Amino acid sequence: MKKTVFLGALTVAGLAAGAAAAGTLDDVKARGKLNCGVSTGLVGFAAADANGEWDGFDVAVCRAVAAAVLGDPKAVEFVPTTGKTRFTALASGEVDMLARNTTWTFSRDVDLKFTFVGVNYYDGQGFMVPKELGVSSAKELDGSTVCIQTGTTTELNLADFFRANNISYEPVPIETNAEAQQQYLAGACDVYTTDASGLAATRATFETPGDHVVLPEIISKEPLGPLVRHGDDEWGDVVRWTLNALVTAEELGITSANVKEMASAAGNNPEINRLLGTEGNLGEMLGLSADWSVNAIATNGNYGEIFEKNIGENTPIGLSRGLNAQWTNGGLIYSPPFR
Amino acid sequence: MVTLSDPPRESFRLSQLIYDTRYRSMTIQVVALIGFLILLGWLFSNTMQNLTELGKEPSFRFLSDPAGYDINQRLIDYNNQDTHLRAAFIGLLNTLLVAFLGCITATVLGVIIGVLRLSKNWLVARLMTIYVEMFRNVPVLLWIVFVMAILIESLPAPRAFKGENPSATMKVFDTVAVTNRGIYVPEVQFGRDAKDDKGEYLDEPTGWRTGLGDFPVGADPDNPSCESYFASEGPMAGEPGPGCGRFQISLDLMAIILVLMAGFYVSHRIKTRADHIQEATGERPTTWYLRLGVIVIPLAILFWAMGTYLTYPSIERGFNFQGGTHMRNSLIALWLALSLYTAAFIAEIVRAGIMAISHGQTEAAAALGLRPKRIMSLVILPQALRVIIPPLISNYLNLTKNSSLAIAVGYMDITGTLMGITLNQTGRELETVLLGMLIYLTISLSISAVMNWYNNSVKLVER
Ligand SMILES: N[C@@H](CCC(=O)N[C@@H](CS)C(=O)NCC(=O)O)C(=O)O
Repeated sequence: MKKTVFLGALTVAGLAAGAAAAGTLDDVKARGKLNCGVSTGLVGFAAADANGEWDGFDVAVCRAVAAAVLGDPKAVEFVPTTGKTRFTALASGEVDMLARNTTWTFSRDVDLKFTFVGVNYYDGQGFMVPKELGVSSAKELDGSTVCIQTGTTTELNLADFFRANNISYEPVPIETNAEAQQQYLAGACDVYTTDASGLAATRATFETPGDHVVLPEIISKEPLGPLVRHGDDEWGDVVRWTLNALVTAEELGITSANVKEMASAAGNNPEINRLLGTEGNLGEMLGLSADWSVNAIATNGNYGEIFEKNIGENTPIGLSRGLNAQWTNGGLIYSPPFR
Repeated sequence: MVTLSDPPRESFRLSQLIYDTRYRSMTIQVVALIGFLILLGWLFSNTMQNLTELGKEPSFRFLSDPAGYDINQRLIDYNNQDTHLRAAFIGLLNTLLVAFLGCITATVLGVIIGVLRLSKNWLVARLMTIYVEMFRNVPVLLWIVFVMAILIESLPAPRAFKGENPSATMKVFDTVAVTNRGIYVPEVQFGRDAKDDKGEYLDEPTGWRTGLGDFPVGADPDNPSCESYFASEGPMAGEPGPGCGRFQISLDLMAIILVLMAGFYVSHRIKTRADHIQEATGERPTTWYLRLGVIVIPLAILFWAMGTYLTYPSIERGFNFQGGTHMRNSLIALWLALSLYTAAFIAEIVRAGIMAISHGQTEAAAALGLRPKRIMSLVILPQALRVIIPPLISNYLNLTKNSSLAIAVGYMDITGTLMGITLNQTGRELETVLLGMLIYLTISLSISAVMNWYNNSVKLVER
């Protein structure tokens, strides 16, 4: 008699544990903190400073989401993940979202069951070599030793590239960017390959960046963007439209400087009004407060501001907007309308 | 008169299960077992349900998909179009390689250090104590990373060997290159007189010292790389190309092993005969040259007949040394760190084993006129082995399991391939980790079985 009760209780517990996976938005609100998976350290994208404050292009996405959901850009718990651990961390619920230069691919979307909410950086894989090697094209790399981060698309592209060109290489698998940098600088590998943005960011931290060249070949498409688990569309929408809000803000000229003022009263551009919550109830539809996007934009500014501050041409990393310019300027950055 | 009657037969009551000490422990065990099984069942069904809800029903089909990634150290042929299963197998071989090398080195080092720690020489004994304490008390991961860092930072890169005035030179008569990518040593090759791809002799032809070649297991006549294996004429006829068959067995190596085993067997027979003569006459015939000869001479003849030659590493053009065998940094770092670390534990076990043999044995042996070295090898160590082997097994197991830290230095073992890249690229956490656990379990049980067998063969024969 007692045993059946016990068994019943266990089954219920099992069901409950199974069902607890849904409702990330509620979880985050209840917790009062967003768990955001970032890289272990890539200056410009995600790196902790001496005080443990995280900063960077990917970190800004986490902060914007925290600001939109919780009203506080500081309410983020940053979880450093390597290329290898990131997906397990997200799938197991250890983090609510990943913003960690992660490439949107078919298998990650369909087979690994993640939802990419958009693209915040259009990238491609490149190669970096020391200048003294005198290499000018990736096709000359036959027989070289190549440092790669394991668990990345980089690894697969590299194998494809060398096979397609019928040349050989010796892979040196490495877990984090920091280790790769150490091995590369010590000459334990001839080449370091990863996303071109990552190469630029890594090279910027070298003592003599001028001694290293990034080869002209870009061997893949690497659309990098934030992702969440499959199956929780409410939460996916929140992250997707927070990113879109940052992009639209740049398109409409809303900046961290003027957002508060523009949001104080409805203006004569209806899309701005809808975005900033002075008209309509977009925030409510997302399950957020009316000033969700104001908070997100006020945190680090719009997409363009975030780009310029962290990785733009006036930073040591010095990336130009290129493909990542607004569509109005010939780039690919394009947000669906707020309507 | 005393009447003996049977004690009253008790009828069994349910409450006895709890109140009767004869049954109570049984009841508790049964309840605990049921509870444990329920817990297991719950964990299992919960996992299944959660995975299904995520849309990731457990399935092992991914194992037959192309892996897509390259592995640097391959003991058998592999390329990135092979399956995840084969990639896992490459990793398994790498695990076994480093575990095997590590166990041997750790044992040799451990025995030497353990014996030396008991040395009467104060300095030697203290040095060994320092060694043991240093290695035993720092986590092995740190040693692995530390050794790797030293190898990378302190050794010259291959390009330092190039050019007019190279800043680094090769060692041992210009045959060994020590670089920060690993050590390149000469490689033994067979078939000096073999013809190359174009049908030219590699050396002045005698025509028959071609080596035995490789045997492809599971060769498929339809596989293009097997074409030359099934061809009966033309250059390279009979030699399988890379990728032909599931794996290839070097017949040259097999021949060497066979001749070597035969040599050892004959050598052993000579020793037994010498023992008999010594027992019968009290004189031991000198046999060392015979025993050495039966091993070395057939081997030398075989080497000559197979056309054995060495290829040396060299770097003129290109990024890396060509020719020779490349022992990668990652292997050296892992092997060295694991051996040094485990040797410290083995040294303590050896020391304990020796100290467990009563001093009377030493004195008795000395009274018979044995010299200290022989006392150690003939009297003390054989007895100490009984004490040493069981804890030695667990150290071998530890070493093997510790080799899973390989990824810290980028050594592609089973953890790096199956439970690393494959897991990450396919998102099959549960399946890969389960498989990995099963593999480590199998390796560990096999090591235990072999060592237990050895233990049985050295233990005291009790009468
Ligand atoms: N985009 C690729 C590669 C991502 C990647 O690992 N990037 C490196 C360098 S750009 C990184 O973020 N490293 C930081 C770290 O080691 O944590 C992918 O998604 O697989």
